[in-house]
Amino acid sequence: MTSPLCLRGGRILDPARGIDRSQDLWLDQGRVAGWGEDAPAALRSRPDVEVIDVRGAVVCPGLVDIHVHLREPGQEDRETIETGTLAAARGGFTAVACMPNTDPPLDERPRIEYVVRRAREAGHARVFPIAAVTRGQLGEQLTEIQDLIEAGAVAISDDGKPVRNAEIMRRALELTRDLGVPVIQHAEDPDLKGSGVMHEGWVSTRIGLAGIPDVAESVMVARDALLAEMTGGRVHIAHVSAARSVDILRKAKARGIRITGETAPHYLVLTDEAVETYDPRAKMNPPLRSARDRDALIEGVADGTLDCLATDHAPHTEIDKDGDFDSAPFGIVGLETALGLYIKALVEPKHLTLPELILRMTAKPYEVLGRRGGTLEPGADADVTVFHPSEPWTVRASEFKSKGRNTPFEGWQLPGRVLLTIVGGRIAYREAAEAALR
Amino acid sequence: MPVPHSAEQVREKAEIVDADGLRRAVTRIAHEIIEKNGGAKDLVLVGIRRRGVPLANRIAAKIREFEGIEVPVGALDITLYRDDLQTIAHQPVVGATDIPVAIDGRVVILVDDVLFTGRTARAALDELIDFGRPRAIRLAVIVDRGHREVPIRADYVGKNVPTSRREVIMVKVQEIDHHDGVSIGEMLS
Amino acid sequence: MIGNRKDLLGLEELSAEEIISILDTARTFREVLDRPIPKVPSLRGRTVANIFFEPSTRTRLSFELAEKRLSADTVSFQTSGSSVSKGETLRDTARNIEAMGIHIVVIRHHASGAPHYLARHLDAGVINAGDGAHEHPTQGLLDIFTIRERRGRVAGLKVAILGDVMHSRVARSNIWGLIKLGASVTIAGPPTMMPAEVERFGVAVAKSVEAAIEGADVVNILRIQLERQRGSLYPSLREYARVYGVTRERLRLAKSDVTVMHPGPMNRGVEIAQDVADGEHSVILEQVTNGVAVRMAVLYLLAGRDTPAEAAETPTVEAKKSHDEPTLSPRG
Repeated sequence: MTSPLCLRGGRILDPARGIDRSQDLWLDQGRVAGWGEDAPAALRSRPDVEVIDVRGAVVCPGLVDIHVHLREPGQEDRETIETGTLAAARGGFTAVACMPNTDPPLDERPRIEYVVRRAREAGHARVFPIAAVTRGQLGEQLTEIQDLIEAGAVAISDDGKPVRNAEIMRRALELTRDLGVPVIQHAEDPDLKGSGVMHEGWVSTRIGLAGIPDVAESVMVARDALLAEMTGGRVHIAHVSAARSVDILRKAKARGIRITGETAPHYLVLTDEAVETYDPRAKMNPPLRSARDRDALIEGVADGTLDCLATDHAPHTEIDKDGDFDSAPFGIVGLETALGLYIKALVEPKHLTLPELILRMTAKPYEVLGRRGGTLEPGADADVTVFHPSEPWTVRASEFKSKGRNTPFEGWQLPGRVLLTIVGGRIAYREAAEAALR
Repeated sequence: MPVPHSAEQVREKAEIVDADGLRRAVTRIAHEIIEKNGGAKDLVLVGIRRRGVPLANRIAAKIREFEGIEVPVGALDITLYRDDLQTIAHQPVVGATDIPVAIDGRVVILVDDVLFTGRTARAALDELIDFGRPRAIRLAVIVDRGHREVPIRADYVGKNVPTSRREVIMVKVQEIDHHDGVSIGEMLS
Repeated sequence: MIGNRKDLLGLEELSAEEIISILDTARTFREVLDRPIPKVPSLRGRTVANIFFEPSTRTRLSFELAEKRLSADTVSFQTSGSSVSKGETLRDTARNIEAMGIHIVVIRHHASGAPHYLARHLDAGVINAGDGAHEHPTQGLLDIFTIRERRGRVAGLKVAILGDVMHSRVARSNIWGLIKLGASVTIAGPPTMMPAEVERFGVAVAKSVEAAIEGADVVNILRIQLERQRGSLYPSLREYARVYGVTRERLRLAKSDVTVMHPGPMNRGVEIAQDVADGEHSVILEQVTNGVAVRMAVLYLLAGRDTPAEAAETPTVEAKKSHDEPTLSPRG
């Protein structure tokens, strides 16, 4: 058991409970013991409490990323559960949900159990496995969903790929309806996507790369909204990238359909113009789209149409992301730059307040998964993130804890430097002492 | 015709040959060509761009005056035959080479304004030989200023002018410079 | 020199002046090709590598010929097409080229942006011989050169480009060059083969091939390919020939002295009728000859750029010259 912690003098944000105040936070035995003088006197007088001065910093519930690729089992050259969760902790995340497109995919009970065990042994943050919808993620036969959930899966998804077959999607929604977990859809019509590698628009026309039209995503969002309506099941749209998709989500929600959505930081700060130099570090799926799409996404985050914020952290080896654009795999890393990018894209231009942003990265992702969490009320898990909201830092891929260096943000100056990440009362990440707390 | 550098780098010192002097030099060269060749038969005059071309035309005019024979005149641009590729950076546009008659078996008189290192003449020889096999090639220049870097000599010389390496000889012709004459100058840098 | 460029990757980034200087230089090389010995020593001692990741006979031969006519040493290799799947091959290629002391690389690749990758990683100059659907700058240049030689100018001409513009790098290069030089460009083809927001190039999109050809000074016909994966873009070659094929009848809508071009190889009877291909308006064979001259000009101008080492030497060379003159002497 770790010693008790007192985070002294920070600004505590607990947006799920509408609280924003300067106060000390006391953590003991893996849980939030209390705030300020409400913490038990016996605790406050103990001599073995580790006091950390967090004046000038924000103290909030641990951030949660429900869309991460940890690559283990099978692709450990790109990332492992250990390195991925360390990267998560560095980025301020105390929990991640990992996608099942590993090798072999997480479509059977022992594989889910493997991830749970590895996370317990070597993980620096909580890991919630997401199970596959279909066997082998081949889109033909449903997995033993209930069994997988009992083993620890928090949702089902075939991410990496869409659930293409509408009948399968319907059945998946029906089977999960009463189990309290969502079906997370990578919304993409493979035929409309074709051999596209970037957004279909003027940039793709000019630089001669095959394009993926925005409707490749939106037609699936529309389809699955109707299936969710019909079945009463819950669908969550991963990495929303297009204005049309936001529009459909808004209308569907207004109709009472149980549909939610998330986006990733790069869609809010970059557009297809980032691909002009053919740098494979700007290649991901869905692709970076037009300025109009970016603006619609920001609006969708601001008005709550997009419920939570994730990263779609997708590490690749350096060799894979070197060379020509066409042959490079899709995906960029995101855990260690997400908070800074979200603050820059949403809070600085005042589309969201800081507490609202934190809500979308804490309580809201848990809500999408049908779980409680993401607050700092006494008795809650001691999952805490401490960061400087405005002090700038420079992104250097060489400093990443992730094995993946495939980021388009090399050299960017970002706000939101993470100083401390605490998981279950234990310090999972602490920035180098000299630079950290003033 | 060597690669130019900009005019500002040269300070003109004096005119050493005036318009009349230039005219007499051209006349004398024309006579010498006719004498050495035993007439104007089988001759071709080829001017090395740029100033060699109007000079070749003037020599042809004189030969027509003296012998009543029309000697064909061609133009040779040696840029593609230079031995210093990087200086193209400063003169990208290549002028036209135009040899109006076949040169096999003929006597070709290359005409240039100044003979200096000899590299221009060497390049002209290389290029000319790619057009055929003349019976003989001769070189006529208005000024020979010395400092040869390759074993080339002129057959017909208007004037010998010893110079230092810092100096510059400028032959000016009406057709290009709106003035006839030869000046000597000095490089400033 | 093309500006102070190390590479020729596309026509999009060239200015009108740069394009014109290439065309003017190409004219000289066109004359060289007519000489008894059609060869000049300008690139002696330089090594040029032709690396074709996509099969090509015509372009590769054209480049090889241009290089040999300039007295350069050439090496060529061609990979067997589709199996180049990993970026590491491109990366290894770059390393090998560096190690072999190559001065200029001519590359054709199925992935747009591959020449840009090499240009970034190599000190050697890179010439794009066609990358994906992006650009084929020397083809664009030779097409525009042919137009200028045939019709005396480019500005103000009405040029029609017909066919699968979406997948055509030849079309893109032509469009960039023609628009910069002041031509007006109209394109036509199946709607499924028009790229997104294509009007932003500054071209007009005609509703039919007839509308595009009407009053045209130049008609440039693109090759149509309907491989398996593009099958859904148009039903059949027969339908294409009927609706879009350039026949004598359709050609009558153009100016009476229209210039007909095709980048080759032709599908006779599909996009271009047999009698049009061989007819009096066709300059298709001239394009081939002009191609060698244009490629010689590009190689010559890129080889002649100031590298940092050479720039340091230049003052010494200049000091030996004995005459001053304005730098750009006009032709003739």
